[in-house]
Amino acid sequence: MSATTVSLAGQRHGVGRLGEAVQDALTIVQRNLIGLARTPQLLVFSTIQPVIFVLMFRYVFGGAIKIPGGIPYVDFLMPGIFVQTVVFGSMGTAIGLATDMQTGLLERFRSLPMARSAVLVGRTGADLARNVFVVILMSVVGFAVGFRIHTNLIEFLAGIGVVLLFGYSFCWIFATVGLAVGNPETAQAAAFPVMAPLVFASSAFVDPRSMPGWLQAWARNQPVSATANAFRALVGSLPVPPGGVPQSTPSLVLKAVAWCLGILIVFSPIAVRRYRKAV
Amino acid sequence: MSENAIVVTDLKKRFGPVVAVDGISFTVPAGTIFGLLGPNGAGKTTAIRVLTTILLPDAGSASVLGHDVVSDPDAVRRIIGLAGQYAAVDGLLTGRENLRMIGRLTHLPSAQARARAAELLERFGLIDAGDRPVRTYSGGMRRRLDLAAALVHRPQVLFLDEPTTGLDPHSRSDLWDMIRDLVADGTTVLLTTQLLDEADRLASDIVVVDQGRIIAHGTPTELKSRLGDTVVEMGFGDEDTARRADALLAGATDQKPEREGALLRLSSSKGARVLVDVLRRLDGEGLAPATLSVREPSLDDVFLSITGKHAEPVLEEESQEKQLARTGGRR
Repeated sequence: MSATTVSLAGQRHGVGRLGEAVQDALTIVQRNLIGLARTPQLLVFSTIQPVIFVLMFRYVFGGAIKIPGGIPYVDFLMPGIFVQTVVFGSMGTAIGLATDMQTGLLERFRSLPMARSAVLVGRTGADLARNVFVVILMSVVGFAVGFRIHTNLIEFLAGIGVVLLFGYSFCWIFATVGLAVGNPETAQAAAFPVMAPLVFASSAFVDPRSMPGWLQAWARNQPVSATANAFRALVGSLPVPPGGVPQSTPSLVLKAVAWCLGILIVFSPIAVRRYRKAV
Repeated sequence: MSENAIVVTDLKKRFGPVVAVDGISFTVPAGTIFGLLGPNGAGKTTAIRVLTTILLPDAGSASVLGHDVVSDPDAVRRIIGLAGQYAAVDGLLTGRENLRMIGRLTHLPSAQARARAAELLERFGLIDAGDRPVRTYSGGMRRRLDLAAALVHRPQVLFLDEPTTGLDPHSRSDLWDMIRDLVADGTTVLLTTQLLDEADRLASDIVVVDQGRIIAHGTPTELKSRLGDTVVEMGFGDEDTARRADALLAGATDQKPEREGALLRLSSSKGARVLVDVLRRLDGEGLAPATLSVREPSLDDVFLSITGKHAEPVLEEESQEKQLARTGGRR
């Protein structure tokens, strides 16, 4: 066996090393997905909660919300729901990492000859896989309550892609939060104040034009709105104010993608730094 | 295997204002068990974290089988195993899945990782529980799995941070046997403990640490003969009887008996053997103690004799250390 270890040690260069990093990350993805499957309360939170939001906004609040341009509320709502769902879901990243830190598992990982990147890439990768599952579920629910695509399937899938990218980049914010607090309960408590202004003071559920001027500036440009609007533009449900000029779809998608990359560029080094210090 | 497996030279680590490790040096010969003995907050865990490449030291150096923990951490990680007081295993995975995960993360081929997991479950008596999520395990089972997880990649040097803290006596002695078996197979073990008894039973060499410094170093026998005595305490029915016994036993041990009311305390460096002589003398005069207790020297006695103060567990400091660690200089 020690002969095996030595021969492996000799191969740790270039492609071998990258291959190991990928394998390590996949091992952690698998471990997190098994854990997710065995934590029903997490699955319920990430599936039932968005379904309730759909039903509530579609049937309870929806009648009172008017969208300019005669766009049916359900078509306006669903892109917002997709974004809200991945944002709320990213709380799982914070809780997962904080739990690993509390149980001492991170410490064990850091004493192993595994890639330094594997724990964070594996965690966010598993959360991306969960988001794919949840987004498929939400699509089914959306179509069931009357959501329709006004463009084509390709553009709808592109919209889903933007949402998943946004969800992935958002996981890195919450990876940072989870590692900073190091305790799952605190992580959960810390997450809400971060999420609420992003999700509710946005164009996710209502047209920001109904908000006071100072809030509109934020609500129009922040990342949740940018992603929801890009999705709407892609499926043809972005409201155009009376007399206004419709924004081009590529520019809206570009804005959303720029937000995602910006978040990744800022938060991944912070999260990695946190990981290296976490005990 | 006569070289040193672990060499620590003037190691220092501080977290903000708290000096956790304050210049410790020691060497551990390959194939032996080395004990790091001290109360909570003495700096034992910090020392282990530096040696296992989890923390960077502020000063000094440390190497494991010739690999420096700062300049070549990858090489160190390939040859060490770490098991700790936190039993760091994933509660949602089964025992088998945990071991296979560690196998994959230490780059065993998939088939080997599977075989190694089965082998370790068997060896640690976890075959029946192997396919149950770890959150259903008892404390002792978790600890055994934790140790098994540290052994997956057959490390040559094993770090055990208070491996038996919180275990019942039976699980504790099971774990001791497992540690002895490992060393019989050539593994080097560095063990931290708060229990003098544990260090005494396992380690061939012990350092006693307090507030980040080494305050004593020697074999268990050397330390015990220097540091602590067997204490025999006898309670008599009344003070008068105790006084008679006191006079009678004045020459029985190398130290004069201490009397507190009806209680008589004898200390002896000859161990529990002194008891035979004491009871024979008492019996000859028709005296019998009402209560009797024999106490082996504890970590507290060791501390008392070296530092003149009791080894109070500094629980606060350990958590403070952890807090500060998050903002300190880490890898």
